[in-house]
Amino acid sequence: MRFSDVTDLATRNLREALLRNSLTTMGIAVGVASLVAMLSLGIGLQQMANSRLQKSGLFDTVVVTSRRDLRSFSREQENTGPAASESRALDDVARADIARVPNVIEVTPDIRFITELRYDEKPHLTMVAGMPLSDRSNDVFENMLGNFFSSASAPEIILQKRFAEELLGISQSPNAPETDPARLKPLIGKEITLHYAERIYATDSAAGTQPEGAGVNFSIIPHDKTLRIVGIAVEDPEGMRGAARGRAFIPQALAESLHIMLPSDLRESMRSFTSKPAYSSLGVKVTSASKVQAVQDAIRKMGFNTFSILDATKSLRRFFAVLDIFLGIFGSLALVIASLGIINTLLMAILERRREIGIMKAIGASDRDVQVIFFSEAAVMGLAGGLLGVSLGWVLGRAINFGTNFYLKQLEMPPENLWSSPWWLLAGAVLFAIVVSILSGLFPAARAAKLEPVEALRYE
Amino acid sequence: MNPSNGSAAVRAENLTRHYRMGESLIRAVDGISLEIASGEFAALLGSSGSGKSSLLNLIAGLDRPTSGTVNVAGSDLAQLSREELAKYRRHTVGIVFQSFNLIPTMSVVENVELPLRFAEVEPAQRRAQSNEALERVGLAARLRHRPTELSGGEQQRVAIARALVNRPKVLLADEPTGNLDSTTGKEVLDLLQGLNRTIGLTVIMVTHERDLADRYAGRQIFLADGKIVADERAQGRGERA
Repeated sequence: MRFSDVTDLATRNLREALLRNSLTTMGIAVGVASLVAMLSLGIGLQQMANSRLQKSGLFDTVVVTSRRDLRSFSREQENTGPAASESRALDDVARADIARVPNVIEVTPDIRFITELRYDEKPHLTMVAGMPLSDRSNDVFENMLGNFFSSASAPEIILQKRFAEELLGISQSPNAPETDPARLKPLIGKEITLHYAERIYATDSAAGTQPEGAGVNFSIIPHDKTLRIVGIAVEDPEGMRGAARGRAFIPQALAESLHIMLPSDLRESMRSFTSKPAYSSLGVKVTSASKVQAVQDAIRKMGFNTFSILDATKSLRRFFAVLDIFLGIFGSLALVIASLGIINTLLMAILERRREIGIMKAIGASDRDVQVIFFSEAAVMGLAGGLLGVSLGWVLGRAINFGTNFYLKQLEMPPENLWSSPWWLLAGAVLFAIVVSILSGLFPAARAAKLEPVEALRYE
Repeated sequence: MNPSNGSAAVRAENLTRHYRMGESLIRAVDGISLEIASGEFAALLGSSGSGKSSLLNLIAGLDRPTSGTVNVAGSDLAQLSREELAKYRRHTVGIVFQSFNLIPTMSVVENVELPLRFAEVEPAQRRAQSNEALERVGLAARLRHRPTELSGGEQQRVAIARALVNRPKVLLADEPTGNLDSTTGKEVLDLLQGLNRTIGLTVIMVTHERDLADRYAGRQIFLADGKIVADERAQGRGERA
């Protein structure tokens, strides 16, 4: 039979038993909808978790320490590799080597110090940290007031909200209501003075000849630097989280160029017998969390200790994989029930249309013609159910998302997109519905085709 | 074609069809040998259970013989595959039933066109052939009606048009007047007779009404218990009185 005739006959037959066929189609639609809804939820949750973790700056960072430091994050690292005294120093050469490892974005020393910041003639003591430009995407800077640093070495500073409140003399008791951001806004553009101690190595200076083995020799000179307040981070006001490790941030390159004396310099000077400066630890930023393992391996081969939080989160990722499978199983169960509906409907239709099958055979329909007609009825129901189900699932997802965000709003939390329906999921669900329907149609169609015409005609 | 078969539309040899019903064996057709010439109007007569309908089903290719051969227009139906048998029903024979067997959800013209869909005929050609068939049975008007909106006689005309639409060599009719009153029954048989005479269509009709057979059929074959008990070919019979 011609294709147009097959579809014509199939849709005509579907129209004739409209109620039953639409109920079957609805059954498929509900199955597909639940499949789409559950998988969308699973994918959405996973994406949300991933992006949250990504933005926290914890998952794409590797911390490198020298084995000379005698501290490491695992016993395995402690017991393998070269002995502490023979291993490499974490100096500028090592930093450049690490920066050349594939998928490394940047390598930055951890610059962090407690110092005095002078604002409006009053001194404030706090933790100041260097912050690379790549931390712009850190979720600490979401919804920030003002702007991020204009360049890597601009004389600018970003304050945590609590510190900004302190500068303005706003009460910080735990029960105090959240400060209206508008009250903090006037701070932006104001100047603040950073007091710091510059560290000058003896070897750097002109006079610099010092006996070998005498350790690091340096002078400390106090300085003041005037900085402009460009932004205030309002998220995570306490600044407790890993990446947000200070209450005031200055651009990383600026911090490095100032040669600020750090507490670790002193520790280094006490045990080092070379005159070269070394870092106590380096933060390595990697292009994506999936590349962290490879970068870690490469750096370990250089003879350094590494640590990433990924080491601790393997079980978290396994949880999401299991969640996805779990949700998929429930969705597929719904579809299995739907396909039983198709089988039932088509078998009923054969009983009901036995005589019609007999007539069609009497006037020249082959087994194949009859089979194809029943088959396409299943496929049409599958297609219709699939399309309907996908839109139903999508609407359901939107509705749940809306409801969740409404609830989050009640709790004064920012909205989340915990629902994600990528196009491949939607297309896949429709395809799946058609395939399942065709498979469900196989048996009834074969049965219809095998009917003997003379017996089918006898049936009233 | 073999010259000895040249004039034979249907040739059956030692044809049998047995059914098993529980423990007992039913000999519906029991060793029938028969030849019906091309262009004949033959009636199969007998009481119910005599095997006349079973014989017609075997000739129609709706059923397969237990043994023996049945040749229609040169093909031995017992040797055909299911697919070939479907093709045979599609192109070589047209079948008309007592209960019309029209598909109630289709209009008149769709019913008539249905065999052409299975024969994969182009839609334009389909329309032309079905119009021609409907004109032959005098039903060129009510094309868009559903069968249930027509009288019994009209429904049987639609069924005849459907049987004719593929231009078959043999028309098989199983009690075509069984569900009709005598006047309409006669009109339908007039139509079959006209087709037999004008286009030389071979007609084989099952009936239990002797007087109708007397009036229209050129040959009467009587069956009882699956066997032919009489085969009468009367000169002048088949002429309208």
